[in-house]
Amino acid sequence: METFIEEFGLVWGGFLATISLASVSGALALIWGTVLAAFRVSPIGPLRTFGTVYVEIVRNTPLTLMFFFWVFVVPSLGFVPHLGFQTAVISLSLYTSSFVCEALRSGVNAVGVGQAEAARSIGLGFGQTLTQVVLPQAWRTSIPPLISVLIALVKNTSVAAGFAFAEMVAISKRLTNLHSADAFFIFFGIGVMYLLITIPLGILASRVERRVAFAR
Amino acid sequence: MSEAAILYDIPGPRAKRRDRALTAIFTLVFVAVIAYFAYALYKRGVFDDRWSVLTDPPKGQTAADVWGSLFRGIRATLSAAVVAAPAALAIGILVSTLRRGMRYRAARGSMVVITELARGLPVLLLMFFARFFLGWEPFWSVVFGLVVYNGAVVAEIVRAGLAALPRGQREAGLSIGLSTMRTTLIVELPQAIRVMLPALVSQLVVLLKDSSLGYIVSYEELLRIMKTNRDYFGDRYMIPLFVVGAGIYITINILVSRLAISLERRMRRSTQGPRSSGGALVVGQGAVPGSAAAGAGGAPFP
Repeated sequence: METFIEEFGLVWGGFLATISLASVSGALALIWGTVLAAFRVSPIGPLRTFGTVYVEIVRNTPLTLMFFFWVFVVPSLGFVPHLGFQTAVISLSLYTSSFVCEALRSGVNAVGVGQAEAARSIGLGFGQTLTQVVLPQAWRTSIPPLISVLIALVKNTSVAAGFAFAEMVAISKRLTNLHSADAFFIFFGIGVMYLLITIPLGILASRVERRVAFAR
Repeated sequence: MSEAAILYDIPGPRAKRRDRALTAIFTLVFVAVIAYFAYALYKRGVFDDRWSVLTDPPKGQTAADVWGSLFRGIRATLSAAVVAAPAALAIGILVSTLRRGMRYRAARGSMVVITELARGLPVLLLMFFARFFLGWEPFWSVVFGLVVYNGAVVAEIVRAGLAALPRGQREAGLSIGLSTMRTTLIVELPQAIRVMLPALVSQLVVLLKDSSLGYIVSYEELLRIMKTNRDYFGDRYMIPLFVVGAGIYITINILVSRLAISLERRMRRSTQGPRSSGGALVVGQGAVPGSAAAGAGGAPFP
């Protein structure tokens, strides 16, 4: 237990690294995922195909494989992203965006057909129907699954530990190497730090879910 | 594209013309982009003799050596998944049954706490715990991480299935004198598992994907074997090896995802069909809300 307290500076650094990795790649994934979702419902065939193929492939790719691609395969083509934070952000946001897209798309599907029909019948075009009528409603239904995607993202940042980025799981390994007698409390402490992020987010998701359920 | 069709009208002549023009433009753009990438790859020599690593590898190795090692990798990946999946399923069903069927509040509460804790932790941390604190073999560390995390997720899926059942099922069981545990086991559980089957199958994809974390705890699975081959033959041969390995992963996962989707479709049809009994009909309708994992067309949860 003492080592965990003594080395708390290191753990705190890992905690901040996890948080910053999760928030940067979360923001990028939200943006790119929204674009993909718009592609997947758009009237233009090639965009739809692109969205579908992207989501189908990325969703069925292990995240470790995605990291592996950016760390080992892309550099062999001559494009070398900075190992660590940069490769982690690229991999995590490309991976998470496919799940963001699916969450948004299921939200769009949950909006009643009548809403879009009403919007069209007063003369709104596709873009207006989507941005003024459908998306504001889809967004609300999508928030609980989106929070679940973000929770998964926080946990997924741990994969970066295997690819030269010192976030919390990497720190846990470093600390247990240094103080193997205290390994249990180090893992326990790091686990608590993760739960400090994931459990409040989970509670938030179920609250929102209940409120949305009442509104419908 | 039935879900897209609600967003825009059936196109008239002008819209059709516009759509055709846009389709042509975007197709051209995509073809150009793909062609540019292909050319860039060609310029960097991707299509040269490096693919010989798959047919006639250098350094005195035979193609059988390379493919044999890749095959060993697949077997290792699959064997971790095959050991972990039934265990996770059993634990998840056990926990959710206890949570529903036990009479003591404290006992039910402890099941809730266990699932929430296991669900909130990264799988890799669980694997590291087994590897570096318990000192287990890499294989069992991978299995440990997969079982603990996916067991909790399965428990959550089955809980959602149980919660979605109509109240009358439980009341009927209790009113003919079954205990709460027997009601759960005999009446509710079979229905809940049936309803949640698609979500459970898509959880298999997650489990399979997470088995690649074995790479980080130095378990000799497919990804690790790819890396070993690349270290042996040289960086030049990374791309062919990666294409094969990634192809295997993605193909297996897409097949399992498709299975989940077709199961879900079949279930929706069977609950809507006129032949199904009244009970199943109500079950089918109530199943989807309340479960994050069940919703998005058999989408594997990240």
